[in-house]
Amino acid sequence: MTNPNPKSLTVPPQRGSLRERLPSLTVLGPLLALILASAFFATQSDRFLTGQNFSLILQQVMVVGVLAIGQTLIILTAGIDLSNGVIMALGSMVMTKFAVEAGVNPYLAVLCGLLTTTFFGLLNGLLITRIKLPPFIVTLGMYNIAFALTQLYSNAQTVTGLPAPLTFFGNTFRVGNTAISYGTVLMLVLYFVTWFVLTHTAPGRHVYAVGNNPEAARLTGIPTQRVLLLVYTIAGLIYGIAALLLVSRTGVGDPNAGQTENLESITAVVLGGTSLFGGRGMLFGTLLGALIVGVFRNGLTLMGVSSVYQILITGILVILAVATDQLSRRKT
Amino acid sequence: MRAPFKFVTASLTAATVLGLALAQGNQPVIGLITKTETNPFFVKMKEGAQKQASALGAKLMTAAGKTDGDNASQVTAIENMVAAGAKTILITPSEPKAIIPAIQKAQAQGVQVIALDSPTDPQSAVNALFATDNFKAGVLIGQYAKAAGFSGNKVAKIAMLDLSPGPLVGIARHNGFLAGFGIKGITAKTATLATAPQVVCAQDTYGDQAKGQTAMENCLQKNPDINLVYTINEPAAFGAYQALKTAGREKDVMIVSVDGGCAGVRGVQSGQIAATSQQYPLKMAALGVVAGVNYAKSGKKASGYTDTGVTLITNKAVQGVSSKDAKFGLANCWGQ
Repeated sequence: MTNPNPKSLTVPPQRGSLRERLPSLTVLGPLLALILASAFFATQSDRFLTGQNFSLILQQVMVVGVLAIGQTLIILTAGIDLSNGVIMALGSMVMTKFAVEAGVNPYLAVLCGLLTTTFFGLLNGLLITRIKLPPFIVTLGMYNIAFALTQLYSNAQTVTGLPAPLTFFGNTFRVGNTAISYGTVLMLVLYFVTWFVLTHTAPGRHVYAVGNNPEAARLTGIPTQRVLLLVYTIAGLIYGIAALLLVSRTGVGDPNAGQTENLESITAVVLGGTSLFGGRGMLFGTLLGALIVGVFRNGLTLMGVSSVYQILITGILVILAVATDQLSRRKT
Repeated sequence: MRAPFKFVTASLTAATVLGLALAQGNQPVIGLITKTETNPFFVKMKEGAQKQASALGAKLMTAAGKTDGDNASQVTAIENMVAAGAKTILITPSEPKAIIPAIQKAQAQGVQVIALDSPTDPQSAVNALFATDNFKAGVLIGQYAKAAGFSGNKVAKIAMLDLSPGPLVGIARHNGFLAGFGIKGITAKTATLATAPQVVCAQDTYGDQAKGQTAMENCLQKNPDINLVYTINEPAAFGAYQALKTAGREKDVMIVSVDGGCAGVRGVQSGQIAATSQQYPLKMAALGVVAGVNYAKSGKKASGYTDTGVTLITNKAVQGVSSKDAKFGLANCWGQ
């Protein structure tokens, strides 16, 4: 078995020829898709192009958007996480049940939720790095484990009557006529921080290197296994933040949440131009990817079109995105 | 690898079948297959069946799909239950058409199959159906909405938060609501989602709270004047309420729903939901078990459709539409 597509160790280009400095098609693609879709919906409904509507779309994508930050980190290392949504659900049940039913201080309850999801991220990472199991299998197993634990722990019952600190990020503040939720701001801050760490610090660059060519990365002295473990653990922490956003937005602890968010987060990452083969991608592309899905859902509703078309279009865009990645790979 | 694996599976299956056969003795065995393990509606149904089975000295086996729409798991469950000696299988079919060959195979071996909650397509594929009349459930909330807020000159602008494309349950409730609201030309036989000039937005929610919230937000964005919301179930209704609350519209928009779970009835009590049509999963299960025991004892199969009843629950009763209050609803609800 020969490897038909050997990977070269290319750290993302910082400076170089003009061609390298110009954004590639994978970067421009999602932005272009978002602009074109928005322009189209703006001609179809005069309610589309308003600050309020965009704030709304941001609120609607914030949970998947935050999950997708963790997913991007993992996919950059050429891994995948199928368990993120249900780990989030488990974290949200811990938060809400601790705060409402066990009478734990709400802030402490949130902390317990964050610790739970971080622990599951760590567990994923340990199984992948120590026992060398493929991420797909580990997280597939973890999906079932976290889902079952959520159902057992919650007895499949929704938790209502949440204290204010748990729903804070669902509240909004006004900028002009636009109501912006604190959760949206948190999501954008998380994107900015993660982007900064990824592109401006050594551990961040290591993530790219490990994904691009783990063997070469190891030979250059990068502790590849430790980088991987760290990525899965941090992703777990991020899922905990997504859990807090989820309960803030819906105002309840829902044991059945998160079952499709794994695929939705992968969709956002892929639409954002991050390569499923690792090592290549832009974090902000993921945000664009999540927004594309949100824009279609919102825009088609405004047009009065069935939401099935949103699924259809998302499917086409995903295939286009991966095809673009493959074609641009063939050129280099 | 493969041969020992097969051997282990085969012996396990044999041991299970043998064990069950020995354990059952003369006890009638009744199987219950729900759509999922986790939906409180089915949790309650299982409880009801278990209670009735214990009371009648029958043995209950249960199984469920992994998700709503998981036909393969239901087929496997039917096969396993027939192998284990069940003479009656109660099933809430996830896929009304796709499940039929498996049902026919079971029937060919003398097994009585009864559908609970959801009909098969065609309905005659099972021996009997014990279920809520979903069209009637819709009619009740339609009539209520009309009488409670739109009998005068007030123009209704309706958002319809539906289930998902396809399922008959969703179509029946949706159309029933519109018929009850007074839209002409819609009957229980109308096979597709009907619409009317008053309906300004219709979206799928998959009966999920978060998706219901997103759908309502987008509907409000499309038409801020929406003043009446139909929801397929109460999780969707709570999602709609959350969206309306964020928009500051929770006081002047009426939400009506179907299901009657305990959380939903509490929503009626607190005024978040104006009215809901309550259905009775416990009763469906109990009737199913009784029919199963009857068949085991007398060889007589159940047949036809049995309406397990639906009650309009509201704390603001209106004239001309009979209803019960939330207290009644809580005493008869399912879930927690």
